[in-house]
Amino acid sequence: MSDETPSRRLALVGNPNSGKTTLFNALTGLRQKVGNYPGVTVEKKEGRLTVGETEVTLIDLPGVYSLSARSLDERITRDVVLGRQTDTPPPEGILAIADASNLERNLYLVTQVMELGRPVWLALNMMDLAEAKGLVFDLDRLSQGLGIPVVPIVASKGIGLETLRRKLVGPLPAVPTRQWRLPQVIEAEVSALAEQLRQRRWATDAAAEGEAIRLLLNEPAEDDTPPPADIQAAVAAARERLEAMGIEWWSAEAEGRYGWIQTLCRAAIQQPGQFQRTTSDRIDAIVTHRLWGPVLFAGLMLFIFQSIFTWAQVPMDAIGWMMDRLGALVREHLPAGELNDLVVDGVIAGVGAVVTFLPQILILTLFIALLEDTGYMARAAFIMDRLMRRVGLSGKSFIPLLSSFACAIPGITATRTIENAKDRLVTILIAPLMSCSARLPVYALMIGACFPADRRLWGVFSLPGVVLFAMYALGILVALAMGWLFKKTLIRGASPPLILELPPYRLPSPRTVLLTMFSAGGQFLYRAGTVILAISIVLWFLATHPRSVTLSRDYAAERAAITQTGQMSGEEAANRLQALERLEKAERRERSFIGRAGKLIEPVIAPLGFNWKIGVGIISAFAAREVFVGTLAIVYGIGDDKDAAGNQALHAALQADRYADGRPVFSPLVAVSVMVFFVLAMQCMSTLAVVWRETNTWRWPVVMFAYMTVLAYVGSLLVYQGGRWLGFGP
Amino acid sequence: MTLDALAIGATARVERVRGGRAVAQRLQEMGLTTGVVVKLIRVAPLGDPLEIELRGYRLSLRKDEAAAIEVSPGE
Repeated sequence: MSDETPSRRLALVGNPNSGKTTLFNALTGLRQKVGNYPGVTVEKKEGRLTVGETEVTLIDLPGVYSLSARSLDERITRDVVLGRQTDTPPPEGILAIADASNLERNLYLVTQVMELGRPVWLALNMMDLAEAKGLVFDLDRLSQGLGIPVVPIVASKGIGLETLRRKLVGPLPAVPTRQWRLPQVIEAEVSALAEQLRQRRWATDAAAEGEAIRLLLNEPAEDDTPPPADIQAAVAAARERLEAMGIEWWSAEAEGRYGWIQTLCRAAIQQPGQFQRTTSDRIDAIVTHRLWGPVLFAGLMLFIFQSIFTWAQVPMDAIGWMMDRLGALVREHLPAGELNDLVVDGVIAGVGAVVTFLPQILILTLFIALLEDTGYMARAAFIMDRLMRRVGLSGKSFIPLLSSFACAIPGITATRTIENAKDRLVTILIAPLMSCSARLPVYALMIGACFPADRRLWGVFSLPGVVLFAMYALGILVALAMGWLFKKTLIRGASPPLILELPPYRLPSPRTVLLTMFSAGGQFLYRAGTVILAISIVLWFLATHPRSVTLSRDYAAERAAITQTGQMSGEEAANRLQALERLEKAERRERSFIGRAGKLIEPVIAPLGFNWKIGVGIISAFAAREVFVGTLAIVYGIGDDKDAAGNQALHAALQADRYADGRPVFSPLVAVSVMVFFVLAMQCMSTLAVVWRETNTWRWPVVMFAYMTVLAYVGSLLVYQGGRWLGFGP
Repeated sequence: MTLDALAIGATARVERVRGGRAVAQRLQEMGLTTGVVVKLIRVAPLGDPLEIELRGYRLSLRKDEAAAIEVSPGE
């Protein structure tokens, strides 16, 4: 007997909207590991659960409708299960999940999964909804017909999960055999090809027939790894023979599978009449209404942006206050000197200014997760498809673009559901124009400092909310224009079809929504603790060195003069001293490395309305956008301001900053110019890296960086010079 | 007739899916195979795409694709 813990590796496979993620979360809880399959952005998610003695590793595969491998998601699913994905050991069995209220279409994938040569369990999810729909299941008959164990569950309520868990660690079920049949001539070709695949060791004995069907009856994707040449030749010859007989081989698989599934479902499920009016229909009567649909969509977006500002205020102030207290505490207790300065002015000021925006990011991800989980996202694509088509894309591009509001990286990941390679590329190229959550801190700072919060437009909308909405809208409009341009020039191609499931509306699962929200928050904090921390330290050094510079006045002597004369009252002397200290600090900063760099680029950015401090902020933001805020905090020396909460202090410092001639540095026009720059510029190394990995060439990241930087400069130039010409102030 | 010509609320039986193989295969995988009964539920606010019901679920596709699906009216 071995004393090792028994363990098992299983893969979780199912259609989109089948409740796969909910089941995965319910089974594994927080014991999840998220990564990427090498070379592609398909998310690799593994979770663990312990049942009795047995340790089960569950691999969550992407939601797919079929294994025909035309899209990246389908290919990854097929490769992982067949053990062709080099970094992932093949699973010993497959847990298939199907939506019981939509079983016919869900079983299409299940029957394909059953031909991969592994044991399969079927979790029949959403039994409650199916029963509410009036469906009555004969589960024994279903299980016998399919030849695999079937477990009814309601993943969102935890019903049936205990039974499922125990089944998963029980004896492995027998590898299922194919029950459905193709027309005889095609069957003969499949058998011959399967035999060849076995001999060439391209597939295991049990998986050979399934592989033969996939190869013979599916149009291959252009970028899939082709089988060996002799097999390709055999496939081509077999297709020719079939075509000579007038057989449309490309229809055979779907016709065969669905024919068999329909017969099985008629025997195992009692259904009331088709086409009943459901609650979803009543909701959709409004949500996709000719007039109310678009109005609701716009209103929803506006509401989200409003709430990002209003709801987040209290927790943001609280975080700002805490950072401030922390700074003061360190200032007191650490011996004065370089280290003290570094921690307070560099680390706490820089990282703290960014961390303050965590509540806004949590709220934004909350809304996006809610829209996704309720089923509204698909309606958004349905409503927007016509518009997206105008620019040569489809409603499917709309979902990745909407996700890019949280972050372009998951947005670019979501493009893998777009089958058409050209469309996918165009969507990737324009996704970073959607205002991601890293831009939010920049917008929030500029709006907070330069637009009064109590001003209202048309009595209802607060001015800050409207300005923020305008920035998001600008990103969308420019993205659409660029999409159109790319489709007309660099990446020509016809508009691909839209084939999109509209799932019924569902109450969101709090667990899924919260997990999504916290994982986004965690990633943000991780970045703050790594990239932003490092940049803050470097910036602090550059902003405070060289230490020995020749200053325009002898500050030390002037200070001595104030304290020694004794002619002033104590209060006045303190005020004079403080003012003197500020002046010295400002001058030292101007003569620091960073000040010199900023001054060097000032002539280039002055036409945009930016001074050297904004210039420094923009340079450092090329590593990550939110760094802009921390940089301004460091450049404006906020770390040592002990009286005010972090954010308010930065607002005050920006408002107080003047040019030599007394003009304010931050007018509303400058704030808009800064924001427009951030809307359009490519300032995110991680996104460029993902695009490179995704497209496998440096060409597209370079194109992306170049076109966006040019757009940003020209856009800000137009805003600032145009605004001045129109008389919108300095 | 073809699917795009169906009136809102009307049902029809799929006869055949024409058009490019890749698109035809995708439509068939989603359940649009011979003999299946579909119902046109609604048209999107801007006139395209369509929403249809088949096999107990809702699918959205454009008029262009619907025009490649031959149907015979009635159940």
